[in-house]
Amino acid sequence: MDHRPQAWGRPRDDVYGAYDASYLQSGGPKTATQSPIVTGTSVIAIKFKDGVVMAADNLASYGSLARFTDVKRLRPFLSTSVVGFGGDVSDMQFLTRHLNELAIDEAYEHESSPTSSSEDDPNAPPAGQLNAANLHKYLSKLMYRRRNDFDPLWNQILVAGFDSASAPFLASVDLRGTTFTSPSLATGFGAMLAQPIMRRYAATEADAARLTREEAVKVVKECMKVLFYRDARSLDRYSIAVVTKDGVELSEDEQLERQSWAFAERIKGYGTQTV
Amino acid sequence: MAAMFSQNPLMNGPNYSVNDAPRVNAPEGAREHRFDPYTDNGGSTLAIAGADFTIMAGDTRLTSGYSINSRHHPKLFKIGGTTADQKDATIVLSVVGFAADGEALKERLDAICKMYRYRHGKPMSVKACAQRLSTILYQKRFFPYYAYAILGGLDEEGKGAVYSYDPVGSYEREQCRAGGAAASLIMPFLDNQVNFKNQYIPNSGEGHALQERERRPLTRTEVETLVKDAFDGAVERHIEVGDGLQMMAITRHGIEEVFLPLKKD
Repeated sequence: MDHRPQAWGRPRDDVYGAYDASYLQSGGPKTATQSPIVTGTSVIAIKFKDGVVMAADNLASYGSLARFTDVKRLRPFLSTSVVGFGGDVSDMQFLTRHLNELAIDEAYEHESSPTSSSEDDPNAPPAGQLNAANLHKYLSKLMYRRRNDFDPLWNQILVAGFDSASAPFLASVDLRGTTFTSPSLATGFGAMLAQPIMRRYAATEADAARLTREEAVKVVKECMKVLFYRDARSLDRYSIAVVTKDGVELSEDEQLERQSWAFAERIKGYGTQTV
Repeated sequence: MAAMFSQNPLMNGPNYSVNDAPRVNAPEGAREHRFDPYTDNGGSTLAIAGADFTIMAGDTRLTSGYSINSRHHPKLFKIGGTTADQKDATIVLSVVGFAADGEALKERLDAICKMYRYRHGKPMSVKACAQRLSTILYQKRFFPYYAYAILGGLDEEGKGAVYSYDPVGSYEREQCRAGGAAASLIMPFLDNQVNFKNQYIPNSGEGHALQERERRPLTRTEVETLVKDAFDGAVERHIEVGDGLQMMAITRHGIEEVFLPLKKD
């Protein structure tokens, strides 16, 4: 009989045999996120003469199931930048928490020095505070580090705001840490459906610098409509953010307007139609 | 006969090769989806060394699959200047392949060259920088930077120097080199036009008696025309190349950079 306290209350080995500990080990290698589960679809954004417009719908899909219909995928940062997330929603939430911490640290860091911005531009964020270009660099390093660890954050991210020269800034990072910039950017389906439309209005930086805010918002709303027509994992409720020197204007409950499904009548040859 | 049968307790049958031995631990019907850390972002680069200059070039398209991510993504970087604007840099690095690794490689090399300048009070020579780049690449031999690098500058004698690399750090000094998606289209053109390969003096003989055309160093304008022609050709025949041409000329007066348009289709 085993009288050691460690054995108290346990099935006796001499009666039941040694405990089969193999059930406690899952076996095999550590499984990090190897595929996305709950996902958000496209994020689109376009630069205009004094800022950037970004939009993403409010849907989080579970495969083909429209699982969560009120998920906000655009996140303002320090009210000077906006981050838009496509891809895995749990990884987005992880990054959002991480960015919250970063924003709080930043706020403390610059609390003591009252807006030390340059005299000529009173709306510029305090010097030294993270701008969109800095934030994009930070996120790209984070994403690249995670891919090097074979534990990627399964997102494609757009970052909008201003760079150190106070010019509109828009850039992308993906799960492998690949980064790029362009006058207009789109992730997921948006890269096929929305990007060609946006490039018609802002093919070059010079074109984007001529675009007004109203035009840019109109183009983005039009693209969201095209995406809702053709992307099966999309929703007609979406968030839209406009970043200017005055800050971030974020509307998280927009509804697609003036939809026209007349074209659907002309589509034949699918489903149970007999004609 | 015994050798025909397995030493493997799993199977009392013929031996399997390493690849298709049955795996006992994998659950039935388990689908293994592994994360692929690499992609190819297309694009092409090119470098030609002259007598007292080096010309480096690269297109500015960044692709993923059939999509164009960006039409203005530079592949050429000045390396080892005193400050971030690289005003006093003397070396140029071009990277093509997987863009994220290319970026990481560029930042590593730049940081190392800056540290060298800070410690020694002088810029790194291309020769030293070339050896260091090889070491950086080889340090990641078993998880390589998937990038084809070309380093350009002027050597100790002031002659144009081009060093080309493979992703694991094998390197060589050359007269000219094309890298990336359209390397196989551009390199033969360069062999013929820079090193005069397969060019013979007419009526100089039959078969092996044929005399090769004598090599001569190309002038800067000749090289610049050659670069533009090479890329115009590559753009026509390769879908991952296009949009813009970034060209840097390294001379003893510094580095000049120009952007020229390429076809955007």
